[in-house]
Amino acid sequence: MFKLEAIDVNVYYGDKHAIKNVSMAIPRNSVVALIGPSGCGKSTFLRLFNRMNDLIEGIRIEGKVLLDGIDIYSKDIDPVEVRKRVGMVFQKPTPFPKSIFENVAYGLRINNVKNERYIKEQVEKALHQAALWEEVHKDLKKSALALSGGQQQRLCIARALAVEPSVLLMDEPTSALDPISTAKIEQLIGQLKNNYTIVIVTHNMHQAGRVSDKTGFFNMGVLVEYENTKKIFTHPSHRETENYITGRFG
Amino acid sequence: MHNDTLQRNYLYQRIVFLILKVVTIFVVGVLFFVLFYIFSKGIGTVLRGSFWIEIPKDGLSGGGILPAIVGTTLLTLLSILLSSAVGIPAGIFMAEYAPKKSILKVLVDIMTNNLAGIPSIVFGLFGMSLFVIQLNFGDSILAGSLTLAIMVLPVIIRTTEQAVKAVPDELRLASIGMGATKFQTIWRIILPVSFPRIITGIILSIGRVAGETAPILFTVAALYLPQLPRSIFDQVMALPYHLYVLCVSSPDPQKSLPQAFGTALVLLLMVLVLNLIATYIRNQYKRKYKLK
Ligand SMILES: Nc1ncnc2c1ncn2[C@@H]1O[C@H](COP(=O)(O)OP(=O)(O)O)[C@@H](O)[C@H]1O
Ligand SMILES: [Mg+2]
Repeated sequence: MFKLEAIDVNVYYGDKHAIKNVSMAIPRNSVVALIGPSGCGKSTFLRLFNRMNDLIEGIRIEGKVLLDGIDIYSKDIDPVEVRKRVGMVFQKPTPFPKSIFENVAYGLRINNVKNERYIKEQVEKALHQAALWEEVHKDLKKSALALSGGQQQRLCIARALAVEPSVLLMDEPTSALDPISTAKIEQLIGQLKNNYTIVIVTHNMHQAGRVSDKTGFFNMGVLVEYENTKKIFTHPSHRETENYITGRFG
Repeated sequence: MHNDTLQRNYLYQRIVFLILKVVTIFVVGVLFFVLFYIFSKGIGTVLRGSFWIEIPKDGLSGGGILPAIVGTTLLTLLSILLSSAVGIPAGIFMAEYAPKKSILKVLVDIMTNNLAGIPSIVFGLFGMSLFVIQLNFGDSILAGSLTLAIMVLPVIIRTTEQAVKAVPDELRLASIGMGATKFQTIWRIILPVSFPRIITGIILSIGRVAGETAPILFTVAALYLPQLPRSIFDQVMALPYHLYVLCVSSPDPQKSLPQAFGTALVLLLMVLVLNLIATYIRNQYKRKYKLK
């Protein structure tokens, strides 16, 4: 069984048909990169997997999205529960104006976890996983807003990991960061793959090549090609894909 | 462009700038003069320790103003508490829950936009007929505080609404994305972030509530009451009303004048201190979380 599966999905913003009949199956413990020119629907497609699209007024979603074989859009599913299982990291780092510790503990607190020792363990573990522990373990009580942009983004990753989701969605997580922070986060993705299924939107072709197992190329709401990353970057089946990858458009 | 046009424009700018500067200095100067005047006239009375702890004596020309200090403090705290308890949730509702075109939102919008401009004596009349007479609270701290609370309610609702709306959407999305409910997001993220701005609304209201005479005139303020209140159903003296009484209806207004300036200074100091406390809380909070 696939970890995630989108089946014949269509998304409309009012009259605008933003995702056109897309199907995609994502294996467990793999990294899938979504690439394509801006406005092609990458973010819209990504947000399908944790029902963040639900918050947008006037949106219409058709089709099925399966998480561990269960349709997360069926009527008896609470989107809040879906989001607890499917973590998300945004383009701009979004630390909460709280201490570093409380940022990472946030997911546990909203889940009503009361065991402070367990919370402490989870926070420490998540900060280790996000390769941030060394830099912040002395300052856990300080405001997260004092961290650098790159640190803030890793903090947001730690925050998502602390509740042990099984899927991590990332929407251009490094596009606001410097090269060194970017390298750190790419390295991190390589390690997280062992325990998580990761879907990452990126407009950086090299990043897709470095971090992902499979790559999906979108254009104007259509999933043009979805293949092993190696294949798509060496022998793309479609002219459009080749043009985009070689930088002839987009 | 010619050299002389450049020079002319430059000169023109200088003149405009100079005019603005003079006007600003003048305004600030007037304000400082008022403060200085009250301060210099009132300081002698205020420095007399008995002024703070005695009841008025000698046909209002001697003694202290303790009952009025206690009265205004109680009225201010209670009315701010009441209007915050209603206004902060209402402001949050307006910003986060009320659908854009709902009738309720439109009504509250009209209310918050217009109620702020209504003369305070109108609130006094309303408070008297509703709280004092209809609800039978009598002239009391309760009736006065409720009247004052209603007067500043629009300010509290509006500033809270704006404070909540100023919270960046990214934070909302990040919280929802973690699997938080809307209520959890409001309680744990939005309120703490907007807290300093909400305090600003409260600061504005403190000054308004402490200084108004008209709303308390028919609802709570006593002309002369040489004792402290025992419950919220008692009447109290209040600083602004006492000041008015000293100036116009004391047996010998001329002799009461030093008492009047003392009362005015105490009122100024009280508002100042309450503002400073609120500002301090706000700044500490901002510093702690490095908020802007
Ligand atoms: N909230 C929205 N309301 C209306 N249209 C939207 C909204 N979000 C995205 N769109 C439109 O849907 C299309 C896909 O957008 P998006 O998924 O953000 O693309 P990408 O992430 O690939 O840049 C774009 O044409 C965009 O204008
Ligand atoms: Mg996008």
